[in-house]
Amino acid sequence: MSFPNTTKAPRADFPDLRKHNNCMASALTPGIYARLRDKTTPNNWTLDQCIQTGVDNPGHPFIKTVGMVAGDEETYEVFAELFDPVIKDRHNGYDPRTMKHPTDLDITSGFFDERYVLSSRVRTGRSIRGLSLPPACTRSERREVERVVVTALAGLKGDLTGRYYSLGDMSEREQQQLIDEHFLFDKPVSPLLTAAGMARDWPDARGIWHNNEKNFLIWINEEDHTRVISMEKGGNMKRVFERFCRGLKQVERLIQERGWEFMWNERLGYILTCPSNLGTGLRAGVHIRLPLLSKDARFKKILDNLRLQKRGTGGVDTAATGDTFDISNLDRLGKSEVELVQLVIDGVNYLIECEKRLERGQDIKIPSPVPQFRK
Amino acid sequence: MPFGNTHNNFKLNYKVEEEFPDLSKHNNHMAKVLSKEVYGKLRDKQTPSGYTLDDVIQTGVDNPGHPFIMTVGCVAGDEESYEVFKDLLDPVISDRHGGYKPTDKHKTDLNHENLKGGDDLDPNYVLSSRVRTGRSIKGFTLPPHNSRGERRIIERLSIEALNSLDGEFKGKYYPLKTMTDAEQEQLIADHFLFDKPVSPLLTCAGMARDWPDGRGIWHNENKTFLVWVNEEDHLRVISMQKGGNMREVFRRFCVGLQKIEEIFKKHDHGFMWNEHLGYILTCPSNLGTGLRGGVHVKLPKLSTHPKFEEILTRLRLQKRGTGGVDTASVGGVFDISNADRLGSSEVEQVQLVVDGVKLMVEMEKKLEKGESIDSMIPAQK
Repeated sequence: MSFPNTTKAPRADFPDLRKHNNCMASALTPGIYARLRDKTTPNNWTLDQCIQTGVDNPGHPFIKTVGMVAGDEETYEVFAELFDPVIKDRHNGYDPRTMKHPTDLDITSGFFDERYVLSSRVRTGRSIRGLSLPPACTRSERREVERVVVTALAGLKGDLTGRYYSLGDMSEREQQQLIDEHFLFDKPVSPLLTAAGMARDWPDARGIWHNNEKNFLIWINEEDHTRVISMEKGGNMKRVFERFCRGLKQVERLIQERGWEFMWNERLGYILTCPSNLGTGLRAGVHIRLPLLSKDARFKKILDNLRLQKRGTGGVDTAATGDTFDISNLDRLGKSEVELVQLVIDGVNYLIECEKRLERGQDIKIPSPVPQFRK
Repeated sequence: MPFGNTHNNFKLNYKVEEEFPDLSKHNNHMAKVLSKEVYGKLRDKQTPSGYTLDDVIQTGVDNPGHPFIMTVGCVAGDEESYEVFKDLLDPVISDRHGGYKPTDKHKTDLNHENLKGGDDLDPNYVLSSRVRTGRSIKGFTLPPHNSRGERRIIERLSIEALNSLDGEFKGKYYPLKTMTDAEQEQLIADHFLFDKPVSPLLTCAGMARDWPDGRGIWHNENKTFLVWVNEEDHLRVISMQKGGNMREVFRRFCVGLQKIEEIFKKHDHGFMWNEHLGYILTCPSNLGTGLRGGVHVKLPKLSTHPKFEEILTRLRLQKRGTGGVDTASVGGVFDISNADRLGSSEVEQVQLVVDGVKLMVEMEKKLEKGESIDSMIPAQK
């Protein structure tokens, strides 16, 4: 949308980013802003809309945020001049102009010591091609996403048989129960989401689907059209990932039967709202107790070299309580799903080894850095 | 808010039923008025600056209700919103402003000498007195819709105008961007500064975008005359002081406001005003005078009296907590102010506050003595 009666000169509208620390603020220059400001995607999504969340949220206490979102699939093309450097910055030098992203959803091994690992989880997101993304979507588009996905999920069978719970119809008690079990998404209070318009019309067309065993879940219309989650207590990451891949493939088949498909391309992999989730959109992680290692001064460096990230057990905007951490892969783009999960498996096993060594009074080593993309 | 609903033409591909918001759990003025028919009639329109119906109603869709007050649930993005979307806004205005009709005329009276009394409210009960209003600068879009460039120009114009004031109005501008945390906390505690925008009523309407760019507070040296720049309106003008001398507060309010208006007019940027709606502001609840005149007053006994609400209604007054519109009262101290904005003048509204508060303080004193106040209950004003 333009603001016709003001500022013809882009310079006058350029945001003040001097106190900002996010990827968008690092990449956006007056030159780029001037060239892109008056462009729109076919759905009329604009640059100002992409960056609003980054302008409104200068920084985050725990992580360097991206500071911009896509309104639709075409955003990544029309505003490539800004998105490409941001993607490169966020994804460790991955260059969308020259590189290709590999997709691979067939697993290998992975069991963890359950004295340390309390639970294992893999999540990703998927967008339905042809419908705008959460920052931009209209109410009808959002309702259409819900319809398409819920219809498809009704076709899942066996251990994946399940049920849909619309957020609007759920009782407060059901909702609190699902939050406590780490199943449900938060009411949108994070300014990162609200400033990007993702909470509009809440709770219209939002909901959660899960199988009867509550180890395969789909969030509908939160930060992405869908978030797909496989999880269970304990350390059997292999089973978690196997179910993840199987479920994901079945859902894809079911929507394709009705003429829909996921947003994906060779350059960027799976297209999601936040550039940080491009590629695999995959976050594989565990809740793990590391009382000794977490107090060791080398903890951060070890995580960095293993390409792992720590969060609190409440998710991205929380701090760790006690000695229990959420440890997951940092990367999303440039490595396949299998590679990333393997990385988590190897990394978490290394962390457990370190914890055991510290228990025994032995010393630990910082591992050498895991290599970046295959060239 | 300019970005959630910009692809308005694209949306027209979907039927009204598919786009119509779910308002079944809602309780605000917009939800009461908005039908599928009205939605269908207005959805393909936009103001000259591109503001659409969905922009107008987004805050009401996102905020079904408020614990203490019945909210309006819609905002204007520019002066023309009140014309282009009159099929929605006229009934909302009527509902909110006691049956005000589209043909009614609003009178403006900022002559402080027309106020009777108001200088003798008992300071043992009336802790502070305050009058505020808002003003919008013609030619710019309103806070839900404006761009960074517009907001900055509004700020610049305001600073120029305010810096030219002198005498009791001589003061200084503090941009939010460069204020220290300590200064900011002090100003909030003094009831001088506006909140960081956390209220979803404001954030869902897009008024917190780009914070704190272009926002600030100007006040005179005595801290008795303040102007907020670019919060919920272009300007909020406030006169206040401790104690019960509402007359003096209103004098300073009128004089200061008129000085500011002269300066803006001289630069060809008058205030948005028309005969029907008075002063044009972002929220339809503030049309007319945009005036909220009130006191912080101790009414521990009266506030627990079963007829308290009834008395307030009859006096055409409204209660809030001492932290402002989204708060509850603390320790029996209430913020009491006029409920009306449109259809009566500034002088009339402040007169209601002065007379009404005087009466309530007398009631409080009676209750302290254990006496009944039944004979004092007023007729509906």
